[in-house]
Amino acid sequence: MSAVTEAVKPRTPVASGGVSQSVRDSLVVAKRNLIRMSRIPEMVIFGLIQPVMFVILFTYVFGGSMNIGGTTDPGVYKEFLMAGIFAQTVTFATAGAGAGIADDMHKGLIDRFRSLPMARGAVLTGRTLADLVQTALTLFVLALVALLVGWRTHTSIVEVLAAFGLLLLLGYAFTWVGALIGLSVRTPEAATSGGLIWLFPVTFVSNAFVDSSKMTPWLRHVADWNPFSATVQACRELFGNPGVSDSGAWPMEHPVIASVLYSVAIIVIFRTLAVRKYRNATA
Amino acid sequence: MPGAIYAEGLVKHFGDVKALDGVDIDVPEGTVLGLLGPNGAGKTTTVRCLTTLLTPDSGKAVVAGIDVLKHPNEVRHSIGLSGQFAAVDEYLTGRENLQMVGQLYQMSARDAKKRAGELLDRFNLADAADRPSKTYSGGMRRRLDLAAALVVSPPVMFMDEPTTGLDPRNRQALWDVIRELVGGGTTLLLTTQYLEEADHLAHDICVIDHGRVIARGTSDQLKSQTGGERVEVVVHEREQIAPADEVLRGFGKGATTVEEHTRKLTVPVTGGAKLLAEVIRELDARGIEIDDIGLRRPTLDDVFISLTGHTAETAEEDTEAGGLVQDAKPRPGKKTKEEAK
Repeated sequence: MSAVTEAVKPRTPVASGGVSQSVRDSLVVAKRNLIRMSRIPEMVIFGLIQPVMFVILFTYVFGGSMNIGGTTDPGVYKEFLMAGIFAQTVTFATAGAGAGIADDMHKGLIDRFRSLPMARGAVLTGRTLADLVQTALTLFVLALVALLVGWRTHTSIVEVLAAFGLLLLLGYAFTWVGALIGLSVRTPEAATSGGLIWLFPVTFVSNAFVDSSKMTPWLRHVADWNPFSATVQACRELFGNPGVSDSGAWPMEHPVIASVLYSVAIIVIFRTLAVRKYRNATA
Repeated sequence: MPGAIYAEGLVKHFGDVKALDGVDIDVPEGTVLGLLGPNGAGKTTTVRCLTTLLTPDSGKAVVAGIDVLKHPNEVRHSIGLSGQFAAVDEYLTGRENLQMVGQLYQMSARDAKKRAGELLDRFNLADAADRPSKTYSGGMRRRLDLAAALVVSPPVMFMDEPTTGLDPRNRQALWDVIRELVGGGTTLLLTTQYLEEADHLAHDICVIDHGRVIARGTSDQLKSQTGGERVEVVVHEREQIAPADEVLRGFGKGATTVEEHTRKLTVPVTGGAKLLAEVIRELDARGIEIDDIGLRRPTLDDVFISLTGHTAETAEEDTEAGGLVQDAKPRPGKKTKEEAK
């Protein structure tokens, strides 16, 4: 009996809460998710194949027929395209976060976590942090592939890193949308499709793959104000790549600030909603 | 003074379904309460309210001396929960799972590691400690889940159908662990569909149905409340059920229960062995051939039937002839959210 009852007595810090506990608990959960990801390498690999495929398909299939800045030179489209593909790739982390959280609900792990004296948002923060690490890895591999097919930057290393910073921030923001979806659906499968479907209009009605100035006026307005477009525009500027939109819309004129503001707003709104949902979650 | 687990008038709705309709519970420190009832009766909802996972619509709950509704996070420091599903991460090893739970109970990484090692030894999982729990058998996973609930040796434990789906050997093993725990002073609330389990483990039993406690007491109290002995007859052929029923009605002190597929008839009686002899003579005189006959004390099954008018484990719905009585089947036509999830 001794082993069961004579525990290492926990120093019960009933004065719970506080930022340090939040950070600590989030890191414990993030570690758990990273270990988990490392044991399902096929998920990470499939997550890589898709964007790499997009890079190759768009570059070689659309490359010759796209008019960017008055030229259909495939080399110009290649450099134009990459910011769009990078941004689309980071937003796809939404599906992973959603499916992971829905799976935890389904398996009863969320019940376990909710019965523990841990920081309230830590389960979700831990998951989104782990997804951020995975997104960074995907982005790194994707950048190497882009360099291989001929993509180049024409600015300082600081500006290039700043662009990747904006991409990671956007990806992190979208995982919070995924977290909310994961808590709202019944199965991991529903979370995956629910996490992806709406991303297609969001990423296509934008400046990511085409010159949005050629769209019908109303669609063009949507594209110009699309939060996703702001990050793409900011990356093109920071990479020194062609095709930077000359639209007069505010987010297009101040893309870096707009990108940061949009991402932070998404995090604040969806984190609040997701944490509230988590508190009342029932498997 | 209220017990280690105390609830008064718990009410919880899920939409139009009233899952809890005023549940009162009082579990003295160091004892086991068996919460007994069919699927959808409100067992799991009660546990979820007491473990801070659900907020009741109304009522009062105190666990380990702490008000559950006012200070849920403090309650979480003092409880362990082992649920219906083995809630462990299947891609993490047993050791990693326990360390994670320890750290989330706010132990230091070092303490959590030490405690994980102790529990893995205690639950015979040391050999499998560094394998992903995905590779564990059902029994091993259940042991790991229980170990996770015991990381901080909480004074109050909740186990929601801990042995559902386990084979008899693993069930026995889990019972031994539970007895040890309680021997060490832990207060336990245990839900089960198995009357036998409540009979073996619980000091007190609450029978719950349709979100209400319909009876409470010790196993013996409930049995004597239900009345004395029973005569149980198994006839040789199905056609003989009706005539045998007629005979038993002449001797019985209550309604006869008939299990068609096992050809078993049960009737409460008073009069003991002498009466049993009379029953045998009468059946024989009418030419009813019997495979088995006996006199027995009431089981909790009988208690359940007399209280609710149906069995806890509706064996008669088991279409397989001679299906195991222990095979718990949910009752059709009564689906609450608890069951639907």
